[in-house]
Amino acid sequence: MTPKTLTFIARSTPYGNGRAKALLDMVLSAAVFDQTINLLFMDDGVWQLARNQQPATIDAKDLSAALGALPLYDVNNVYVEARALDERGLTPQALAVDAKPCDDTEIAALIAGSDQVFAL
Amino acid sequence: MQANQPPGNTVVKLTVVVHSAPYSSQAAYSAYRFTASALEAGHEVHRVFFYYDGVHASNALSTPPQDEFDLVKAWQALIEQHELDAISCVSSALKRGILDAREAHRYEKQAANLAEGFVLSGLGQLVDASLSSDRVVSFGA
Repeated sequence: MTPKTLTFIARSTPYGNGRAKALLDMVLSAAVFDQTINLLFMDDGVWQLARNQQPATIDAKDLSAALGALPLYDVNNVYVEARALDERGLTPQALAVDAKPCDDTEIAALIAGSDQVFAL
Repeated sequence: MQANQPPGNTVVKLTVVVHSAPYSSQAAYSAYRFTASALEAGHEVHRVFFYYDGVHASNALSTPPQDEFDLVKAWQALIEQHELDAISCVSSALKRGILDAREAHRYEKQAANLAEGFVLSGLGQLVDASLSSDRVVSFGA
């Protein structure tokens, strides 16, 4: 079977609800299927990339630590919506994970080039 | 041969993903209506995958008032009628207190409450389904 391109879009804050963790679990599950995986952080999802998260204070697991394991799963196509960073006072240099900043046109192309798209 | 053929005989193979809970979100009901309509139109529903809060649709103990729509029963009827492959994500379900007999035994719980017709399984089943479907349609994202 020809490899497919699966794009996952993280749009939620890391700890306000379970969506960030749920999406990451989807990405890691998909990663073992030898397909092309894209991971895009948009909207409030860019907060998942913030450094120095201290979720232990709310008895939560550190999501950014799990994100750091993505290269081990061969998930290397990681993108971030540049405008969402800008709106929230974050910079690409201040992120816990390497992510390629994208504008709307690039994001549209990423989605158009995908066989399936999942967003949470 | 399907009972109904869509216009142009283009049968689309679908995977439906449900992320939100009955009664909390309209999306849970919309997912049901979409699936029923797609089948009615002659399309193929390869798998329905209940994930995150969506797994509440597979709770046999869900007991809405009698004058309200019973989404769990409605899904069960649809699953039975069309022999649908309906999977509730096992990790999402266990966290939310939805267990089949095997998991109840394994975790030494007093009761099992996975609604008949649903199967607990892993996220790999969603990935696998999405790779062999023409379209994945998600509700409640």
